[in-house]
Amino acid sequence: MSVRYRKERLDRGIKARCEDIFALSSYREMLYLLLPRVLPVIALLSLPLLKGVVGLYWEKVLVVTCAIALLALSWDLMASVGLVCLGQALFFGAGAYLTGFLNHSFGWPPFLTIPLGTLGGALFCTLLLLPVLRLRGIYFAIVTLTLPLLLARFIETTKILGGNVGMSGLSPLPGIWFELYVPVVALLICLFGFRRLINEDYGLVLQGIRDNDRAVMSGAINIYKLKAQAVFIAGVAGAFAGAFMTHYYQFVGMPAFALDYSILPLTCAVLGGVGSFAGPTLGAFILVPLSEILRAFGTLRVVFYSTILIICVVGLPEGIFHYIQRKYHQFERLVEVG
Amino acid sequence: MEDSTILTVERVSKSFGGVVAVDGVSFHLEKGELLGIIGPNGSGKTTLVNLITGFVRPDSGKVIYQGKEITGKMPYKIAELGIARTFQMVRPFYQLPAFKNLIIPLYSPRVKKLRGGKYGERDDMAVDLLEEVGFERDSFVPYKMAASLPHGYLKRLELARCLALRPDLLILDELFSGMSMSEVASTLPIIERLNEGGLSIIMVEHRLKELFRIANRVIVLNFGRKIADGPPHQVMKKEEVKAAYLGSEGET
Ligand SMILES: Nc1ncnc2c1ncn2[C@@H]1O[C@H](COP(=O)(O)OP(=O)(O)OP(=O)(O)O)[C@@H](O)[C@H]1O
Ligand SMILES: [Mg+2]
Repeated sequence: MSVRYRKERLDRGIKARCEDIFALSSYREMLYLLLPRVLPVIALLSLPLLKGVVGLYWEKVLVVTCAIALLALSWDLMASVGLVCLGQALFFGAGAYLTGFLNHSFGWPPFLTIPLGTLGGALFCTLLLLPVLRLRGIYFAIVTLTLPLLLARFIETTKILGGNVGMSGLSPLPGIWFELYVPVVALLICLFGFRRLINEDYGLVLQGIRDNDRAVMSGAINIYKLKAQAVFIAGVAGAFAGAFMTHYYQFVGMPAFALDYSILPLTCAVLGGVGSFAGPTLGAFILVPLSEILRAFGTLRVVFYSTILIICVVGLPEGIFHYIQRKYHQFERLVEVG
Repeated sequence: MEDSTILTVERVSKSFGGVVAVDGVSFHLEKGELLGIIGPNGSGKTTLVNLITGFVRPDSGKVIYQGKEITGKMPYKIAELGIARTFQMVRPFYQLPAFKNLIIPLYSPRVKKLRGGKYGERDDMAVDLLEEVGFERDSFVPYKMAASLPHGYLKRLELARCLALRPDLLILDELFSGMSMSEVASTLPIIERLNEGGLSIIMVEHRLKELFRIANRVIVLNFGRKIADGPPHQVMKKEEVKAAYLGSEGET
């Protein structure tokens, strides 16, 4: 007697039992659900441990990657409310400059300046964007694109906050483990925090504003208040990246408002997959190291970089994360028949 | 006298470019009244609703609700005061289950104040509301994705969205359009019951026969102007109304 097999999707048992409510019946199913969540956490947390293996240079890349990933998360959160932002550099710069200023002028230590710079920077950006929250789509995008450039020129011409020289000689961070683990942990908190937030009732309302703001308004909800709150939360993630990098570099200057900090997070989000938070993070962990590897090619770097980006975006318009997610749900196993 | 009037609209006008959509319309609504607004396509009914609910600012004129002027206030402020409206074009959140669509009004400060809505109870409240508008509770219907629901259900979902606010004034913009005969027949008693419970209702409708069964009074708009105001059958006898409806009679 021969045993016959047929293919069955791994998630079938889980999904068939009820449309959206998961009902688990075996360890295998539990593993199937937990693995994609636990593996990245373990991977991220163990990256700093490779310090001795890959060398300090790549650990520096890790820190930069985390900073860009935070900005990409910040971008994605704003996009979830329907605010298309082209100025994540505003958050980064505001956090960076406030932190630098507090350390430079008062000599406060990093464990005080970083939280203050994060919250203060986010608050500053929220207040700055408050008048333009009514703008939609491209108009909001243009304003956010110009604001960081405007602030940089303002600092340059008025020569405040160090002018175009910036502020250097800031306090260093208290040690290598602190340097490596703080950005990684912050990234994990933001990633899982944002994912949680967007699935709560609060998050549903935020997404409602993106999909149909008239329906939300007619539900007696002040959409401008909620948009401002979302900008503040996104601002905290972005400003933290700036605040941390200030002490990491022990320097803050006009590059903090550079266009790179606006464009790169956006590219990461689009490449990785908009709207999932995991996508933008994944995007950052591909793009930032990639651009470092391509440094070896000198000026050709931009050509390679752009080509890879275009191929990815054209080939996987849904984003890498959504693609992987779809494929993962389609995993099949062989089951005995009869 | 002020007490019994819930809504007063005073000579409101609005034009878009060259088109005068609403032209000096005045009317008032008593508490607990059910008023119909009728008129041919493009006569300004939806614009009038938008003027009352704050989605469009009037060029001139005043809207007074419960003794307070609300002209030009933000839509969410007006909704918070207790005016709920449906949209003619239903645009639910398709990727959410039907009952989750109601989370948005249930999240509002108004509902928190009225019902003390706590986290976790919102889902239950949402299912209760859907039952009120005729979603079978014990079926899967309330839990289905909005995208997979037929149009008639989406219209009633729109009604439930309004009821979630526990409004004092309900404005329905062509609730019946796109509903089947049987859906209309089952929705009519719901509206009647709400009205008997003391809720003031304004119904913009093209389905005159059904409207006249429950409305005590109708106003007729034509080219943005109010051309008649009174009990349905009296109004329909007017020459001006007959002329306005000539040609569009067939579709009702
Ligand atoms: N936002 C707008 N911009 C420009 N014109 C508009 C706008 N809204 C309405 N109009 C015009 O105002 C007039 C009245 O439109 P309205 O939608 O109020 O009519 P209606 O009575 O609701 O019609 P229907 O029965 O088809 O729903 C129409 O001529 C329409 O083209
Ligand atoms: Mg209309």
